[in-house]
Amino acid sequence: MKKNNSFLNRLFMVLVFVFLYAPIFLLIIFSFNAGNSNMVWKGFSLAWYAKLFRNRLIMQSVYTTLLVSLLATVIATFAGTFAAIGFYAMRRKVREPLMTVNNIPMMNADIVTGVSMCLLFVAFFNGWGSFAAWFNSLGLFRLPTRLTMGFGTLLIAHITFNIPYVILSVGPKLRQMDKNLVDAAMDLGCTWMQAFWKVILPEIKPGIVSGALTAFTMSIDDFVISYFTAGSSASTLAMTIYGMTKKKVTPEINAISTLLFVTVLILLAIVNIREARQERKRAAELRRS
Amino acid sequence: MRNKLPLLSIPYVVWMALFVVAPIIMVVIYAFSSAAGGFTLANFARMGTYTVVFTRSFKLALIATAICLLVGYPVSYMMSKEGPRFQRIAMVLIMLPMWMNFLLRTYSWMAILENNGLLNQLFQKIGLISLYNNIFGTDLTFFRMINTQGAVVLGMVYNYLPFMILPIYSVIVKLDHSLIEAARDLGANSFNVFRRVILPLSLPGVLSGITMVFVPSVSTFAISKMLGGGTEMLLGDLIEQQYMGGAYNPQLGAAISLVMMVIVVVCMWVMNRFGEGEEQAVMM
Amino acid sequence: MKKTLALAMMMVTILTLTACGGSSGSESKDRVVNVCSWGEYIDEDLIYQFEDETGIKVNYQTAESNEALYSLLKTGAGDYDVIVPSDYMIGRLIAEDMLAELNYDNIPNYAKIDDRYKGLSYDPDNKYTVPYTWGTLGIIYNTTMVDEEITSWDAMFDEKYAGQVLMIRNSRDALAAGLLDLGYDINTTDEAQIREAYELLAEAKSKGVYQSFVMDEIFGKMEGGNAAIAMYYAGDYLTMLENNEDLAYVVPEEGSNWFVDAMCVLKNAQHKDEAEAWINFIAGTDANLANMDYIWYASPNTEALEQYPAYYEETYGEELDPELYEIMAAPGDVLDRCTLYENLPAETLTLYNDLWTELGI
Repeated sequence: MKKNNSFLNRLFMVLVFVFLYAPIFLLIIFSFNAGNSNMVWKGFSLAWYAKLFRNRLIMQSVYTTLLVSLLATVIATFAGTFAAIGFYAMRRKVREPLMTVNNIPMMNADIVTGVSMCLLFVAFFNGWGSFAAWFNSLGLFRLPTRLTMGFGTLLIAHITFNIPYVILSVGPKLRQMDKNLVDAAMDLGCTWMQAFWKVILPEIKPGIVSGALTAFTMSIDDFVISYFTAGSSASTLAMTIYGMTKKKVTPEINAISTLLFVTVLILLAIVNIREARQERKRAAELRRS
Repeated sequence: MRNKLPLLSIPYVVWMALFVVAPIIMVVIYAFSSAAGGFTLANFARMGTYTVVFTRSFKLALIATAICLLVGYPVSYMMSKEGPRFQRIAMVLIMLPMWMNFLLRTYSWMAILENNGLLNQLFQKIGLISLYNNIFGTDLTFFRMINTQGAVVLGMVYNYLPFMILPIYSVIVKLDHSLIEAARDLGANSFNVFRRVILPLSLPGVLSGITMVFVPSVSTFAISKMLGGGTEMLLGDLIEQQYMGGAYNPQLGAAISLVMMVIVVVCMWVMNRFGEGEEQAVMM
Repeated sequence: MKKTLALAMMMVTILTLTACGGSSGSESKDRVVNVCSWGEYIDEDLIYQFEDETGIKVNYQTAESNEALYSLLKTGAGDYDVIVPSDYMIGRLIAEDMLAELNYDNIPNYAKIDDRYKGLSYDPDNKYTVPYTWGTLGIIYNTTMVDEEITSWDAMFDEKYAGQVLMIRNSRDALAAGLLDLGYDINTTDEAQIREAYELLAEAKSKGVYQSFVMDEIFGKMEGGNAAIAMYYAGDYLTMLENNEDLAYVVPEEGSNWFVDAMCVLKNAQHKDEAEAWINFIAGTDANLANMDYIWYASPNTEALEQYPAYYEETYGEELDPELYEIMAAPGDVLDRCTLYENLPAETLTLYNDLWTELGI
């Protein structure tokens, strides 16, 4: 039924991919450079990889990045899925304004989101200081009097900008779902929980997975919002890189990025190969029956 | 039972109130206050000075969005016509660059576009520069690419193209093929099928793609700083400068943010009216 | 049942919230110190060495410029213990009561700092600071791209070099170039003079003299031969020289700025003891030698500055070019025509900010 692409069309696609990947290959190539430049090739060496593992600043920021992205993704996926189900069941009049608010973090420029959250945290911490002082004077138990920005605020910020992506990918799946399915299941004696696990969840699973994947990618790639909300004690990889882009990005950064990149490449390849295999199996079974 | 389901979203609504709405209120408060703390409109009175920056930012972001659309739509369309295996790989390939931090990717472009950079070295080697000099009678030793508006647009297109391709592709790939077949059966040629059926149906994807490219483009500061050389400021630079850069003035920064936010929201609202009734399409 | 679930979820949200706030605020048993400095401004091995010796964990971040650091501190985004601002910014931070007085009993290495860097205008009574490095501001140019010998600030505004000049991206240094070229004092508060300097910059910018406004990006651009002329700091010139031998450095005839960057502790620092331990460690002779070797900025530590040529010879097996040593640690006759920045009154600072934003447009 479908006409395949002509040669020219395919060439166009290839060119777009070359455009997307040329700078990346350049980065990867120069992670093996013996010199410390991103432009002058001085021979092959693995020295930067060896150096990377001794660089605590970079390793620490990689750890922070992965931890905050993972936690934020898990929490955002969980909260976002339930929120999407809630939104979906609402009347349109209630849902629309809420969806508008939900879209704000995506419509808003990163810099505005980051700055505004920073202002909020600072204001809240100031207020907290006086509250804690008053509370401690009551002598019940002690509250910390001084809160500072750090991993906690970074996590809150990441969750906040991740949830909309989850909702946006779960929402359409819910709308595609037959609205009577849940009611039918419950009429047939399912409890609410069973209906959720057995009917809703399988229907929206692809949406949840793609939402989580998007959220995780966004977390890893984010720089601006982290910059404003991480405080002084936590640094993400992006912040470390930003500190370096201004001077010399040492090829250690190329090396760690190459490692992350290759890891993801391998993971995605495995997932895809497995999926493809399962599909083929299913197709074969169908043919047999 | 369905009327109780909405309760599930209560935690997130609370969360939104705390971390989405409250911060914006903070920005509004800042925008209307003076450094000393009182109410003032002075921050907005200064906005006229920055008209150039506003127009420049919107112009560059529009160009970048248009290019992304012109490149992204055909790519999405062609992708959807390939086999499932190809589609899956292509999707992965489009998401994957985001795993290299965008600062690093942009940095890599700096090395490519510099006066003495890789592209100019290549042009030199293949004799393109001397050819150009012979034809136009100039004596260039390099093509000026970095620190131009073109380089900034290139950076935007490069960084945000996936945001255009993903939503469009996700809509096209889900199109009901019986509709296309019906149109063919009724005698429409390929062009008409595309114009009358595929294009209108993929509009929600296009709209969300435009939003996802335009908004970060109009507010970027890292790209313009790295590829534009900081001689031609964009809105993002202007705001960043008030918060973390050389001119500390958070009230003015908040006012500029607010104006930018309002303009963007109005643009998006008008645009979404065109796609009447369709809620935002998904990214993937 | 659904109501309970919704309620439970709300509780979870609130709990996470407080837990997050709590965890970031609670004083953990681990000893840490939060340091904010400039990019590539330390031999990173020193950080590990300090961590291993004392068990104190160092969170090391960088800011772009003094003004950017000030913004970070003011918005509350930066909650640091130790910062390393330059002279004039220290003056401003002291004036705004943002720095803590140091307990020099915890910093015995302070005694090794040369008297020349003590009691300067920004901290006349030596209560708040321990100098980290010092140096001069000057013009760096590529001798293969510039035919003449540059001796004047004029070069930063000369149309002849259109598209070849890198202007510095911080208001104080950029306007200082203009003021110096016009023969004014870099600490002037005369609005007319400052505006004149601004006009000089704005005109040069409109004529396309400036290829771009840079801070640390200058390294790549000058090393790669992508620009001919730039203004920057002596120590960084020496770093660039390692990668491009064609570069030259000059402190212009009209005079220039000499600066001192010093370590200070913020008033609301949570880890004051750790901060002082860090400062003491960095002020030591070994640390200064390592730093000098790595970042090429002159040390205020008398012993270290004197020993450096010998240290260099021992490390690299060759003699240190005395000319390079003089660029790093400017001799008396050069310093005589250089002035230290002083903190400016509030109205002048506002003028600087406004002009700076205007220049960017």
